[in-house]
Amino acid sequence: MSRIAMEGKVLSENERVAAELRERFHHNQMFCANLISSPGSGKTSLLEGTLAGFAPEDRVAVLTGDIQTDNEARRLSGFGFPVKQITTGGACHLDARMIQRALKDWDLGALDILFIENVGNLVCPVSYDLGECHKIAVLSVTEGEDKPLKYPATFLKADLMILNKIDLLPYVRFSLDLARNNARKVHPEIEIIEVSCTTGQGFDRWRQWLEKSRANVSSLCLA
Amino acid sequence: MHEMGIANSVLEKARSEVSHFPGARLLRVGVRIGEWSGVEPESLRFSFESLVAETGAPPPALDIEFCLRRNRCPLCGSIFRVEDYLITCPECGKTNTLPFSGDELQITYIDMEES
Repeated sequence: MSRIAMEGKVLSENERVAAELRERFHHNQMFCANLISSPGSGKTSLLEGTLAGFAPEDRVAVLTGDIQTDNEARRLSGFGFPVKQITTGGACHLDARMIQRALKDWDLGALDILFIENVGNLVCPVSYDLGECHKIAVLSVTEGEDKPLKYPATFLKADLMILNKIDLLPYVRFSLDLARNNARKVHPEIEIIEVSCTTGQGFDRWRQWLEKSRANVSSLCLA
Repeated sequence: MHEMGIANSVLEKARSEVSHFPGARLLRVGVRIGEWSGVEPESLRFSFESLVAETGAPPPALDIEFCLRRNRCPLCGSIFRVEDYLITCPECGKTNTLPFSGDELQITYIDMEES
């Protein structure tokens, strides 16, 4: 019997493709965000509100993942920006190759911002790098405040947590402070923005965050 | 949930390595799984065993080294186990310490029988 020492990550093939994607995003000075949450936290609603705030000449696009339907793409395609559904056919996450395939016939030079809406799942998506600049975790107030503690990997890797549905706070037992503290327990530097897709509350901060992050990407690319 | 895909990646990498040695048979694969990797070791084992059971030949085994979450203090350099999300350095009290281990998802070795 002989033993061969192996180096490298189990998902090295995904990481290789993700590195290629990251290189292409950088080359085109594109900002790419990967949105991760449980099913029903409001990723699609957040994107609807976000797309509605862009001007027609803004160069924004969305890739949206779902196990079975193309409901997200239908909801998001009414804003005049390129939207493509990735139907995973059972897979509980998006991987880098799916993104690569979906981008094949898009001119990245014509885009400044790409949102990737992952499959609703707080566990698996975080293991798969998609070449994005930032992972964003979305948590809604109709879920438990302990989600960051129960799914620490996602909240550790996310640079931003969006606390969604804050218009429902009067009707649910949910402590914003506790949710914030739990997220910071897992990831002390995580940024947190509270929003409501129904009232539009918090969207100004969210847009500022996008602007700031996008500006950072451009300066990185120029450096 | 995604452990079947992970198990498949492990097996593909191991088999691809063994294929460089004509006639060799894969006996065992070693992996390192972090506490915060998002991969459940027992679920990974179940998936791996399901995959190799279909091959007919005596199936290869999976060795899992489970890595606990540890942080490193950038101030005093101490490395400590993170429990209950408490990341304050137990040596010098610095509150902001950095992940050191616990998100591993690596293949570490393969054992094979050469013909």
